[in-house]
Parts: sequence; C-alpha cells; structure tokens
Amino acid sequence: MSAAPAVTDASFDADVIKNSKPVLVDFWAEWCGPCRAVGPILDQLLAEHGDKLEIVKLNVDENPQTAAQYQITSIPAMKVFQNGEVVKTIIGAKPKPALEADLAAFIG
Amino acid sequence: MRQVIIIGSGPAGYTAAIYAARANFKPLVIASSVEAGGELMNTTEVENFPGFPEGVMGPELMQKMQEQAEKFGAEILLDDVTSVELTGPIKRVTTGNGQQFEALAVIFATGSAYRKLGLPDEDRLSGHGVSWCATCDGFFFRQKTVAIVGGGDSAMEEANFLTRFADKVYVIHRKDTLRASKIMQERAFANDKIEFLWNSAVKSINGADALTGVTLEDTVTGETRELELQGLFIAIGNDPRTNLIHGQLDLTAEGTIAVQGRSSKTSQSGVFAAGDVIDPTYRQAITAAASGTVAALDAEHFLQALPAETLAQADNT
Repeated sequence: MSAAPAVTDASFDADVIKNSKPVLVDFWAEWCGPCRAVGPILDQLLAEHGDKLEIVKLNVDENPQTAAQYQITSIPAMKVFQNGEVVKTIIGAKPKPALEADLAAFIG
Repeated sequence: MRQVIIIGSGPAGYTAAIYAARANFKPLVIASSVEAGGELMNTTEVENFPGFPEGVMGPELMQKMQEQAEKFGAEILLDDVTSVELTGPIKRVTTGNGQQFEALAVIFATGSAYRKLGLPDEDRLSGHGVSWCATCDGFFFRQKTVAIVGGGDSAMEEANFLTRFADKVYVIHRKDTLRASKIMQERAFANDKIEFLWNSAVKSINGADALTGVTLEDTVTGETRELELQGLFIAIGNDPRTNLIHGQLDLTAEGTIAVQGRSSKTSQSGVFAAGDVIDPTYRQAITAAASGTVAALDAEHFLQALPAETLAQADNT
C-alpha cells in the first residue's frame, strides 16, 4: 500500500489546485507495470521531502476526468502543480537519483 | 564480499539466481529500481512459456520467478548498477544509491533496451502520443486512431492489444512481409481493426504539443504521404544493454557481449553473461531462462575451482 495519499476527480481542486504547497501528482493505474515500480520510490521521496513537496496519486482508471483534462496519454506521468499550474512534467518510471535531479527545484 | 552477483532480473537473471541459490551461493540479484522483472513486465499474456497451457501474464511469471529465487536464498536488491570494475579477481559493483559490492563472480543479465526510430521529435512527443508501452498507454486511446511501427511478434501482440481500445490500428512496416511468428501474423490479419501499411517508413513525427500524425515514406517508390494519428507506438526491436561494460568486456559485431562457444564465459575471467545481452537471434523468455542456467552453472564451476581460502573470503554479506 502506498504512503502517498490518493486524490480523485472530486478532490483534485481542493487537494491539488488550491494547495498552498507544490504538489506532485502521480498519474497511475493498477495494470501499469512501470507505475507499480516507481510507486515505492515516490513513497521514499515523500518520506524524505514531504515537508517541501506533497506527493499524491491519481488513479487514471477511476478518475478519467482529471486524466483527460491534463491530456495524459502515457503513464506513469508525474506532474508538479504550483499555485494551480503545472510547472513540471516527468514521463515514465525513473530511478530515484534521476527523479531527485528532475525535482531538484522543489526538494533541493 | 559475495560469491556471485547477478545484474538483471528478467528470465535470465532470475533463472541464474534460482540455480546459484540452490547451489548455496546465496546470490545477490541487483534487479533495477524501476525495471525489475525486465521486459516481460510490460507484456500481457505469455502463451509460449512451457508449463502454462492456459498462458500466464508476464508480470505474474516474473513475480513467480522472483519468489522461486528468494525461496532458495537469493537476495534481491531494487537498485540500479551505475558502474562495474571487472578486471582482477575481485569484481566491484556500484549502485545508484552509492552502495558498493564486491564479488568473486558476476553474471550480466542486463537484457536489452527498446530501440528508438531516431527521429527529431520522438523524445519531445514521448508521453504526448508517442509511446513504447502499449500495455501501459493503450488505455488512453479509446476510440482513437493509432499506429504501431514494427513487424515482429511484439508489434503484432501490441497491435492486437491496442484494438481493445482504439477504433483503428495501423501497422507501419518497412517491408512487405513480417518477421513475426505465423500465429501472431494470422491473428493480426484476422483482426478487422488492423490495417497494414507495407513498405512504409516513418519519415517524421508531427505535432506541436501532442502528436497529430506521421509522414510516411514508401520504401519502394520514395513517395511520401501524411497519416493522421493520435497515438504512435514503437516496437522496432531492441539493442543489448552493454553500456556498463564498454571497454571491459569484448562485444560481438552485433553489439552483444561476446561469450565463448555455447558457454556464458566472457572475455574476463569470473564474468559471465546470459539472456538477451548475449543473444542477437532468439530473444525469447525461455531461451533467456536457459541461458541464465548456463551462466549459473559456469559460475558455479568457476567458484568451485578457486582455492578454498579465496572462496572463504566471500562471506556473502
């Protein structure tokens, strides 16, 4: 079970868009192998940097509206939202050092 | 120090681990952080692995191989190898989080990586309509028009899979015959959502923020034409993953790690290789598994021939 909390179509506005902190949204699905592989790495990043960057998960199967709104066509897709805007997009599962480098502006 | 470290966790790596663990070498498998389980993790049904008459899902098969290796004492580490030192009697392996391991023997089962078309906009539109994983991304192309590039078994499997979602699936292939096995070809030919575009090469991938289509070139006449698409899946083969060992192990003309005869012995004593990284030809789960067995047995013979005091240095921690 993931440590990162789940967000939904219904909660996305309150949890992500109106969040005062930067939030990384992991767009994922049960049937996506690379998504399952990157999940534990995101949990580690949350444990280490949760004070600076919130990390949440959005299941694209259960929340098609948000996935469509952000034109997700490839998962895992990780988008960092700041003040309601997408400020960073990472496509595909990557090792922890690579994700840390991609997210340096938020967790550095 | 370890007796044996196995790098990679596809069928070759895990089968080598099962054999080495059963021989009491307590292998350390460095499985990768995000690609553990290898290529089969991105496939659906595997129908040609003996012992599974009903077929088995790729990820499930790999999970079972991992469990079987662990049952006999293999240790699995979910990290990526970033560098290796293979010369000399003690091999050193460094991982992404900075850990360093030593071993008397190393088995390379690093597999292969998908090949890119090598077109300018391929990376830019990756995740915006261009994909290498139909099982991951097919879902997003419900009622859309997509194409798959390639003519092998993977391309046929993915084309069939994509028809679950897409209204139309083009198969773009450079030649007028397929490399895919007969059964996979027949399945694709029988699927009325699939249309074959023969003698066609992708010349450019088009779209500003998201893929809108591709420009195709006829490989016979040289004529070009536009094809509108929302999704482009690329399955044009794989290249052996040898970047870790360049300059340390001999390679073949095909780019695979060179091994001696039917063995797994590389140009470096104590270093063995198995699976797709040594195989430019067959590249099946079962041939990789068999090759992993060969590597484990070769490593076993190598270790048993070492002086007892050398072997005793490896306390497997």
